[in-house]
Amino acid sequence: MTALTTGKAPIAVRRRRMRMGRLPLNLAALLTLAVSVFPVYWMVVTAFKPSADIQSDTPSFLPLHPTMAHFGTAVHSPGFGTFWRNSLTVTLSAVLMSLVVALLAAFAVGRMRWHGRRAFILMVFVAQMAPWEALLIPMYVIARDTDMLDRLSMLTLVYFMTTLPFTIVTLRGFLAAIPVELEEAAQVDGCTRPQAFRRVTFPLLAPGLLSTSLFGFITAWNEFAFANTLIIKNQDARTLPVWLSSFSNVFGTDWGATMAASSLFMLPVLAVFLVLQNRVTSGMTAGAVKG
Amino acid sequence: MLTARSADRRPAVVEPPPAAPRPRRHRRLGAVWPYLLVAPTVLGAAFLLVYPLVRNTVMSFQHFGLGELIRGGATWVGFANYRTVLDDPEFWTVVRRTLWWTGLNVVLIMVLGTLVALMLVRLGRRMRLAVMSGLVLTWATPVIAATTVFQWLFQSRFGVVNWALVKLGFDSYRDYSWFAHGGSTFAILVVLVVWQSVPFAALTLYGGLTTIPVELYESARIDGAGAWQSFRLVTFPMLRPLFALVTSLEVIWCFKAFTQIWVISEGGPNGATTTLPVYAFQIAQSLHKYDLGAAVSTLTVVILLAALVFNLRRMFRQEGAL
Repeated sequence: MTALTTGKAPIAVRRRRMRMGRLPLNLAALLTLAVSVFPVYWMVVTAFKPSADIQSDTPSFLPLHPTMAHFGTAVHSPGFGTFWRNSLTVTLSAVLMSLVVALLAAFAVGRMRWHGRRAFILMVFVAQMAPWEALLIPMYVIARDTDMLDRLSMLTLVYFMTTLPFTIVTLRGFLAAIPVELEEAAQVDGCTRPQAFRRVTFPLLAPGLLSTSLFGFITAWNEFAFANTLIIKNQDARTLPVWLSSFSNVFGTDWGATMAASSLFMLPVLAVFLVLQNRVTSGMTAGAVKG
Repeated sequence: MLTARSADRRPAVVEPPPAAPRPRRHRRLGAVWPYLLVAPTVLGAAFLLVYPLVRNTVMSFQHFGLGELIRGGATWVGFANYRTVLDDPEFWTVVRRTLWWTGLNVVLIMVLGTLVALMLVRLGRRMRLAVMSGLVLTWATPVIAATTVFQWLFQSRFGVVNWALVKLGFDSYRDYSWFAHGGSTFAILVVLVVWQSVPFAALTLYGGLTTIPVELYESARIDGAGAWQSFRLVTFPMLRPLFALVTSLEVIWCFKAFTQIWVISEGGPNGATTTLPVYAFQIAQSLHKYDLGAAVSTLTVVILLAALVFNLRRMFRQEGAL
């Protein structure tokens, strides 16, 4: 073996050595992976296990006898369809409202110059950090005074406002990434300003609109505190999070059905995350870091 | 107030548009447009954010119980509610518990988040992708789904945690009911919040780590710096703003955490998990003392204000740079 032929060997040795050195690192990675995935995995596995396997002294970590029975129990429990529809209605209308309103505001902030613009941006930032948890009590009192208690429209309005600041800030970021020259060129070519926006900027903005609204969707879909405070007497106006939080009243100790209901509740959120995929982390940091 | 000021100025604004100058007739109209565009936002904020805040503050200076809620006609009582709250030793117990809750959670989240981020940078591509997907899955888990699953994990009879602990030789955990004891309920809530929050911290810090030039670490190594030193002398100073940002966000989130606590324990058992937001809600909704609840809410916001102002200043500084 001369120097020439051994050219490859040291690399292989080095690689192996690196791999050895990486062993603790990879073990830590596997541990992190296990800790982050296990609760969700356990939820899904429990949902598919027959009750006998759930209530056994030694839990099985694989669904050896998978069954859909618990999903049936969850779906056929009283009101499930209503709560599902309520959640979807409230979430979609709130997201749509905040998307339209935020688009207008983002255009004014990103494309126009006016007095009070900085004050407006400051207001949006303040609103983004509003401690909503501290507003449960006045919201309840206001809703009661205005006869809006137990109504989905009140919930929609609250979710509209909780998602609005974030939507404005993110849309403004997406809008800033689209060169204003494109719009100006269209205007030179004879478009009016709204036309230029609709035909040139809007199509470019569409992906941004999609991911922004999906984040809004998640926020509204998961919201519990206001749904729990503002919907009290009218049980038909409840949303899924509140219903799920009272699972012990609904399912008693039927953990299979409870986990099936949780899985069904999580499903749309998971779908949204799959749609967003790699945009999740960047969007997350764009929303938080870039302000 | 800000909104009022910008509305007042509306008629006075006759600013030429930045781009092509337009005929004079259009200029007036053009100057109104931005205000029309932001009007829905301003109106929404006025009715759904400013008004509730004002109402909360007003209520905290009134006598406002169940009777006033139904009949109206609340009377002004000055600082009496605040005096009642501040004289109550339970309030101070709750404040101390909230600070301890926030501190413990934030320290755990930041330490674990940093470790995970540092680990992610060093992992191979495929392993990194796997761990990041796992973190995103955790982050995607709705709070309510997570609280439900944790109740099942820690269930006394068939919970997998008790089973694992007994297998590991801790026989005292056989059929141990975690949610019957204050300390263990508090611990589970901490584990839950940390589990849910580490992904955000880790992924954000990881994003920051990837922006640090490799050369800095190389020169640190040449200068004889070990792993800890290169973290202390290179990583931390480079990412100081990001660390500050994530820490302050986590402080805010943990401090005002409500859903997890309310769903799992409603502040119990025996008030062992009652933090300020839960305390305010309990007083108002269970005892119908809306005035005292409003006072506690206002005090919560005041305590939070330090963290909020810090964040706001950072946001606006960035805004100025734009």
